[in-house]
Amino acid sequence: MLIKTKKPWDLSENEVTPEALYLNRRKIIQGFGVAAAAAVISPFLGWQKAIAAPDFTVIKKTNYAGDEELNSYKDITTYNNYYEFGTSKSDPARNAHTLITEPWSVKVSGEAEKTGSIALEDLIDFNALEERIYRHRCVETWSMVMPWVGVPLAAVLKKFNPTSNAKFVRFETIADPKQMPGLRSRVLDWPYTEGLRIDEAMHPLSFMVVGLYGKPIPNQNGAPIRLVVPWKYGFKSIKSIVSIRFQETQPVGSWEENNSREYGFYSNVNPDVDHPRWSQKRERRIGEFFKRKTLMFNGYGEEVASLYTGMDLQKNF
Amino acid sequence: MIGMALPLSWLLYNWALAVDEGFNLGYLTSLGFHQLTANPIEYTNRFLGDWALRFLLASLAVTPLARIFKFNQLVAYRRMIGLWAFAYVSIHLSSYIVLDQFFDWGEIWGDILKRNFITLGMISFTLLIPMAFTSTKGWIKRLGAKVWKRIHKAIYVVAPLASAHYFMMAKGNQLDPKIYIGIVAVLLGIRVWFYYQDKTKAANRKAAA
Ligand code: HEM
Repeated sequence: MLIKTKKPWDLSENEVTPEALYLNRRKIIQGFGVAAAAAVISPFLGWQKAIAAPDFTVIKKTNYAGDEELNSYKDITTYNNYYEFGTSKSDPARNAHTLITEPWSVKVSGEAEKTGSIALEDLIDFNALEERIYRHRCVETWSMVMPWVGVPLAAVLKKFNPTSNAKFVRFETIADPKQMPGLRSRVLDWPYTEGLRIDEAMHPLSFMVVGLYGKPIPNQNGAPIRLVVPWKYGFKSIKSIVSIRFQETQPVGSWEENNSREYGFYSNVNPDVDHPRWSQKRERRIGEFFKRKTLMFNGYGEEVASLYTGMDLQKNF
Repeated sequence: MIGMALPLSWLLYNWALAVDEGFNLGYLTSLGFHQLTANPIEYTNRFLGDWALRFLLASLAVTPLARIFKFNQLVAYRRMIGLWAFAYVSIHLSSYIVLDQFFDWGEIWGDILKRNFITLGMISFTLLIPMAFTSTKGWIKRLGAKVWKRIHKAIYVVAPLASAHYFMMAKGNQLDPKIYIGIVAVLLGIRVWFYYQDKTKAANRKAAA
């Protein structure tokens, strides 16, 4: 029989704040090594009660990161690459409050039966939100584990009935210098652009995200909608999307355009293909000191490797 | 001069806060949170690299400033500034070896050979060693001013290499590394200009005599 004594960190769920919850969970894991999956999910149950603002209700929660520990809300929201708000990691959290996310609409164009401008509320079915815990691997060799809220990208794209000519999907981030101070510096050729092959986009793991830790996604993480493609380097997961275009030709992403020797169209996480300026064999999980081995397709090979059968991934990096 | 220890002190202070936070020690909680971001190792390495480069350029700026503003006392500080720059470079390199790679010598050696920006960094560091080593009065005497000066001319190579190291390391098309390269160009350009100015002056003097 398990005898449970009340520990200081056993606060009842509606008393705790998000940050405390994280610390709380950390102690539980260190202290007892309890089934981490349960520990990972339980905090969010409490949040809906703890936070005054009406938060998302989700129909399903899935953990795609095994027993790996979640990164804290603070880590995820204060350490960002979002060059439209500055090139240092702490710039976006400082500057992104100027982004206006309401109202928000997305322009859909190209090879699809239905095109035009669509409001966020009509693009995303807010009654069908899921929570997914994914690993996130940045091309700069750091990684995190994050609980996203969203809908499968396929569910979004299918609304527009893409035609058989739609071989690729191209996405664009908002580029308004009034809202985004970093645009003054031409670090990249704005607007930020990314793309996927249609079968990658329709893959069940491709996720269109509107929330983080059960709450609307903060601006610095790509509000109000961003992509999350967990088996690719983070820069493929484009933020604050204002345009979706179905097209026959392979789009060129902003980083690929900037330096195609370093950033390929596919940019699948691959420990065997080095970035010319650093090795991709290992990564530093934020919060850990020692680097860990990087996994092929960021550990999602079972699900996605079949997308690339017969392809030379050294060439198609 | 003591001001040059400030960035390092700030860094160490924040590491103390970070360790206190990370291990839930609670001794320093009242002092607030550390400012080293969620990735203190990356932050530390970049912070040290930035200050190393700034002090390197500061040491290169002493001679032109002293000459333009006729403020020769400044030159007395040049050696100290250079030594501080060397200290920051050394800690930058140490943080790469200890914090980033944790003594993974195979990986480090691979980086030095394969990653051009690290190759340049390593060349810069190597060229700085004899300068730092011979910075005492005793060595100036032993070597004689002429040889000593020649050794220290290596700074004219180190400054462009170190700023190229930064330029090549930065992602995308960033402005900051270009500013540093611009400053190096100006500081070296001024010396060329001084050189020709001195030559014409000497020629004029000869002609007058
Ligand atoms: C004169 C010598 C050196 C100077 C002035 C210098 C300066 C710099 C600067 C300014 C940066 C960029 C910081 C930023 O992004 O804000 C940097 C980055 C870096 N330096 Fe150096 N450096 C020197 C030598 C070295 C050496 C010898 C090594 C290693 C062998 C090294 C390894 C690195 C690494 C790995 C980075 C990238 C850090 C990252 O990506 O996070 N540097 N350095």
